Amino acid sequence: MSKFSQKMKILLNGIIKENPVLVLVLGTCPTLATSTSMKNGLAMGIAATFVLLGSNIVISLLKKVIPSKVRIPCYIVVIAGFVSVIEMLMKAFASDLYNTLGIFIPLIVVNCIILGRAEMFASKNSVLDSALDGIGMGLGFTCALGVMGFIRELFGAGTILGFNVLPEGIPPISIMKMAPGGFLVFGLLIALVNKLTKSKAIKKKEFGCANCPSKGACASAGKGV
Amino acid sequence: MEYAKELMIILFSAILVNNFVLAKFLGICPFLGVSKKLDSAVGMSLAVTFVMLMATAVTYPIQVYLLDKNNLGYMQTVVFILVIAALVQLVEMVLRKFIPALHKSLGIYLPLITTNCAVLGVTVLNIREGYTFAESMINSLGGGLGFMLAMVLFAGVRSRIENSKISKSFQGLPITLIAASIVSMSFMGFGGLIEGLFK
Repeated sequence: MSKFSQKMKILLNGIIKENPVLVLVLGTCPTLATSTSMKNGLAMGIAATFVLLGSNIVISLLKKVIPSKVRIPCYIVVIAGFVSVIEMLMKAFASDLYNTLGIFIPLIVVNCIILGRAEMFASKNSVLDSALDGIGMGLGFTCALGVMGFIRELFGAGTILGFNVLPEGIPPISIMKMAPGGFLVFGLLIALVNKLTKSKAIKKKEFGCANCPSKGACASAGKGV
Repeated sequence: MEYAKELMIILFSAILVNNFVLAKFLGICPFLGVSKKLDSAVGMSLAVTFVMLMATAVTYPIQVYLLDKNNLGYMQTVVFILVIAALVQLVEMVLRKFIPALHKSLGIYLPLITTNCAVLGVTVLNIREGYTFAESMINSLGGGLGFMLAMVLFAGVRSRIENSKISKSFQGLPITLIAASIVSMSFMGFGGLIEGLFK
């Protein structure tokens, strides 16, 4: 039973305690860009979850084969392979979403959540743990994007998942769907998380090289940037 | 003349209207991470501009002469990211060997750029927009300059934030993001600029 609860802990870790977007503040670009509506945000989250799950499993399987000096290029190739798979799948079965998410699908490759989990978790843990971590982190990402998308869609267009909810006569604030709204909602959400966690996590949110998951790959990290 | 005008439109819309950071959300990590001090903001954006131009110069021929010719378009993502990663390493080594002065000022930023989505983004966007080689280079230059403009402006905004009193929950990243929101709003004012200037 304790083993089961341990596995649950790995799974839940990514969703709440170490939410990649709201606590670790990774993967900000897709978070801001694809949360214009709840549907887009969730789709992006699911695509990234798929890549994260696949790359975590493969990298965990290969962790003894990959020499540590060239590990980052190896991880990138694995990740890029899975991104190509999801890109082709979306093009074939969800071309609408493929067109709205646009450039951010190939850009999943450089999403720091995925490289970060490969470096910090999958390269050190068993296949099952890595798969659970991938699902947990992916769901955490999806939830954060869903919440952002929900808020921006509700205020920006007056709809939830495409259904009209605002009564007539209340005009939507269309700026919420545009670029400034993305920054604003994200900033307010992080402030809310700070408030709820009583600023315990505030130290982590000083942006910089120290939290960057690729700092191991980057020899000059921390040299005054 | 008509062609030069076309190129100017691409350049200015990449710098002002479709600013990479503030309108397209590419390269947010360095934008938030390295904009604390003005000189590091300038160094970072110079390095990004440089790598963007190099990456476009290399990936565009690869796409046209290698991938498209052999019907390998689906390999784009894999090939581009590897080319960019290798290129960044190469540039760093060349700079260190031959131009140590430049390496000293730009070198520390280069390894960070491999996983910068603005660089991969601009190379993929150039292909998707169907630009010619010259147009792609101009678009990359505009993207880099726009990145620099946003970074420099924001470094100024942040130095003001440092000196002001902010409630506890908003300290650090939240207030930075809200400031970015206001800067981004000001860039929306460039909306009709291109039509007014060139058409």
